[in-house]
Amino acid sequence: MDTGTDRVKRGLAEMLKGGVIMDVVDADQARIAEEAGAVAVMALERVPADIRADGGVARMSDPGMIERIQAAVTIPVMAKARIGHFVEAQVLQSLGVDYIDESEVLTPADEEHHIDKWAFTAPFVCGARNLGEALRRIGEGAAMIRTKGEAGTGYVVEAVRHFRTINGQMQKLTTMKHEELMSTARDLGAPFDLVQEVAETGKLPVVNFAAGGIATPADAALMMQLGVDGVFVGSGIFKSGDPAVRAKAIVEATTYYEDSSIIAKVSRDLGEPMVGIGVRDLDEGDRLAGRGW
Amino acid sequence: MRVGVLALQGDFREHADLLTGMGAEPVLVRHADALRGIDALVIPGGESTTIGKLAERFELLEPLREVVRLGTPTLGTCAGLIFLATATTGPSQIHLGLLDVVVERNAFGTQVDSFEADLDVSGLADPVHAVFIRAPVVAKVGAEVEVLAAVGEDPVMVRQGNIVATSFHPELTGETRIHELILRGEG
Repeated sequence: MDTGTDRVKRGLAEMLKGGVIMDVVDADQARIAEEAGAVAVMALERVPADIRADGGVARMSDPGMIERIQAAVTIPVMAKARIGHFVEAQVLQSLGVDYIDESEVLTPADEEHHIDKWAFTAPFVCGARNLGEALRRIGEGAAMIRTKGEAGTGYVVEAVRHFRTINGQMQKLTTMKHEELMSTARDLGAPFDLVQEVAETGKLPVVNFAAGGIATPADAALMMQLGVDGVFVGSGIFKSGDPAVRAKAIVEATTYYEDSSIIAKVSRDLGEPMVGIGVRDLDEGDRLAGRGW
Repeated sequence: MRVGVLALQGDFREHADLLTGMGAEPVLVRHADALRGIDALVIPGGESTTIGKLAERFELLEPLREVVRLGTPTLGTCAGLIFLATATTGPSQIHLGLLDVVVERNAFGTQVDSFEADLDVSGLADPVHAVFIRAPVVAKVGAEVEVLAAVGEDPVMVRQGNIVATSFHPELTGETRIHELILRGEG
């Protein structure tokens, strides 16, 4: 019996495909998410919109809170560790968390290095804005990738940009001659073997979700039509007027992403969406997507 | 041969790709009308609570039950096993209730306990390399149910009439012998 293999780590992400992973800060929210049809919950101390508003250092959640969430639901429980904070990741693994998100939404603990994710039995998901970043994270052992988007804004534009960038760069690789791949790997700052693999297959070797700014059923369906495998919704649900109804609608729009009549139906009378923040209104220092190296 | 693959959530594309490679024609099922004219049915891995809720909300429960009761060879993997079962040992959730077993979800633990191992399957000459991801086991087996494989004492593959169900994921390893059972109509 082998645990913690690539296949087992990447395999759980395969099972989450076509689903919605929801940020929750307590057991009650986790129950609402599960009831709405979420495929997993992401346990964190504060949703990104509040991290933005409150400022200060954002850290791993209280283990007690994570355990209460684990006890409240049967779906997988994910939790965030700071970039480079391998001890937070060790703690999350010892709690039996199903996926660890090494996340730019929390305040980084290391400004040069990410966690050596191969050293863990628990799988990791990491954010990326471009192919080089995605392949570096996979090279470090990430078993799942998500777009970074711009968390806590309720504004989908950055998630779209990051997904299109990654996809465009992958497509370009598939048209290259073999001798062009090494200099491209250098320019992307990506491991050569992974560049070679993507050039052959035209896709990432792991599941790729959208995250960062998804706030409506149509946002989720937009990302699905662009070709992501599933979506993370953070502040978009529990910062809206009626979280239970909105959560359910986003789940339904993610499954029926190609059916505009269903998207129209589930989008009706959802109440207030979260108040968005224009990404251009953010100072460079307030952008979370720039964190990660 | 047209094989309906329930495509509400989960790794339905892996099943569809495997079936295509075996010369069958997969049909993604999100609406009841897609069930018409299928020769076999696959319920994929995924989150069983999500799949159950979506099937209920989009009125797929009865149409699915009808298709399976008509004798259509049916395969369920992991979440598919849970969905086909009559109940779980844990909190109640939505089931098709067609396979007379009670399932224990996440029976091996959380994701850090997920594993792969070689598994002897009754009727197959060589072992199956099986991937178990937050996998269930069968906790209680009905009279009509035959156990085809087990990990220790716990059944992880069962058959009842036209239904075959596994706790593991043949679709993740390119294993074709399990799907062959339903393509040959031996489900």
